[in-house]
Amino acid sequence: MDLNSIYTQLIMEHNKSGHNKRALCNPDVCERGHNPSCGDDITLELKLNGNIIEDASFEGVGCAISQASTSMMIDLIKGKTVDEALEMVEKFLGMIKKEITDEKELEKLGDSIVLQNISNMPARVKCAVLSWHTLKEAVS
Amino acid sequence: MLNFDPEKLKKDFPIFNQEINGRPLIYLDNGATTQKPNQVINEIRRYNETSHGNPHRGAHQLSIRATEEYDNAKEKVKSFINAKSIEEIIFTRNTTESLNLIAYSYGMEFIKENDEIVIAISEHHSNIIPWQKVAKDKNAILKYMYLDEEGRIPIDEIESKITSKTKLVSIAHMSNVLGTIHPIREIIERAHELGAVVVVDGAQSTPHIKVDVQDLNADFYVFSGHKMLAPMGIGVLYGKKELLENMPPFLTGGDMIEYVYEQDATFAPLPFKFEAGTQNVEGAIGLGAAIDYLQSVGLNEIEKYEKFLVEYALNKILDIPYVNIQGPKDLSMRGGIISFTIDDVHPHDISTILDSYGVAVRAGHHCAQPLMRYLELPATARASFYLYNTKEDIDQFIEGIKNVRKWLGYGS
Ligand SMILES: Cc1ncc(COP(=O)(O)O)c(C=O)c1O
Ligand SMILES: [Zn+2]
Repeated sequence: MDLNSIYTQLIMEHNKSGHNKRALCNPDVCERGHNPSCGDDITLELKLNGNIIEDASFEGVGCAISQASTSMMIDLIKGKTVDEALEMVEKFLGMIKKEITDEKELEKLGDSIVLQNISNMPARVKCAVLSWHTLKEAVS
Repeated sequence: MLNFDPEKLKKDFPIFNQEINGRPLIYLDNGATTQKPNQVINEIRRYNETSHGNPHRGAHQLSIRATEEYDNAKEKVKSFINAKSIEEIIFTRNTTESLNLIAYSYGMEFIKENDEIVIAISEHHSNIIPWQKVAKDKNAILKYMYLDEEGRIPIDEIESKITSKTKLVSIAHMSNVLGTIHPIREIIERAHELGAVVVVDGAQSTPHIKVDVQDLNADFYVFSGHKMLAPMGIGVLYGKKELLENMPPFLTGGDMIEYVYEQDATFAPLPFKFEAGTQNVEGAIGLGAAIDYLQSVGLNEIEKYEKFLVEYALNKILDIPYVNIQGPKDLSMRGGIISFTIDDVHPHDISTILDSYGVAVRAGHHCAQPLMRYLELPATARASFYLYNTKEDIDQFIEGIKNVRKWLGYGS
């Protein structure tokens, strides 16, 4: 295993930046997700306008992978419809399970594509998928 | 001076004949489970090749041999913890099953409404949840002893929580998170003065320090084989005979009976009353071999050596400003466990990064969520030592620690 393929520049930046880590005032949806075995614990907050995710943020604690994954996901889903977001969830989970490998198809995942390598580290897969599962719970 | 050479002893453990990520395997997760020496592996093999049968069930040679070997393993456990007789030694699967047996059999029978059960906030989930169940079912009260800032139970906490209302105290001899060795002698004395029985969770202590159940005067003492060089799936419940005799069976079925009628049954004498169904005989043989191995080194030697390792590690860690240590500073109050955090880095990442240096440590809540909440920590990383660890292991561990922050883009 190569640490360089896990702790990439992008993951470090998202982990440190915290630009999506804040409380929304009056969110329409608040969904908590946690990995009890390891202590990642996030709350995803969404502001909806009809079917559109107008704003999103998260609060909580966790490892660099879970924090970065959450932050990248939020960048991606802001301004999208709920259905588009759900489609992305499936794409992301498909990428992690190595079911979707087509570069073109994965392009839509933006920065999140750097988490592709996490599938080589079974112990950390849960960290990467936490926010995506939480999003799915929140909107479906 | 040590009377054993850890470097040489390590050669008894075949698992170390491999590399992890191109580096020697440095195993510092002994609090979770330990590795097996050839002496244990070979003994299980010998048993399977020569003596395997169902004990206590047949008059043929193999059944007789298996019975002898099983009883012999129990004899070894008895001497190891200095119980009075093998009637007081019950084989279970692990610490968790032993604690459940006590909770369901002793707890459900003898704990009554408004009685109090006292445990510490630092307990492992397996020493919390069975008591929650007893407290709920019996309308009893589950009370916690809290720790001071160094992870110790203050004497006044013991005195204020253990009172004449207390019927049972259950406490870990050594904390699996903080490494604190709790003052169980004082706790047992106090509880006995007030008429309460004491259960000691010896999962972390039995492998590492000399345990004498009579000297401690513990009512129950429980531990797991897999944390002391033996296989998974074999554990021990020690209980004072007079207590075990008055307790109803926990699991029922074959082997634990005397006579069975259509509507009723009478039960076998101790210890078989609590050993229903076919037991883990090869596990018991493995545990016997592990005890032989530990005794050939000597528990006092092991304890002394682990103290040396902890002191060596702590001295190095305390020089690193961004590493924070949990648990007592006083070495006489702690065993070979160091829980730590690193500024700005989640313990998960610590564990992944150390793994790339070949160093195995555990990260998480260590099955002690109430303690983590009490300490206001989401998780810690934990290094836990055993007799096969060396100074060089610790050097490699420290080297890894010094590199952790770099990987997450922080200057050291
Ligand atoms: C203090 C303590 N109690 C109980 C247990 C549970 O042991 P087991 O999983 O072998 O039942 C452990 C093991 O992690 C422990 O450290
Ligand atoms: Zn994580």
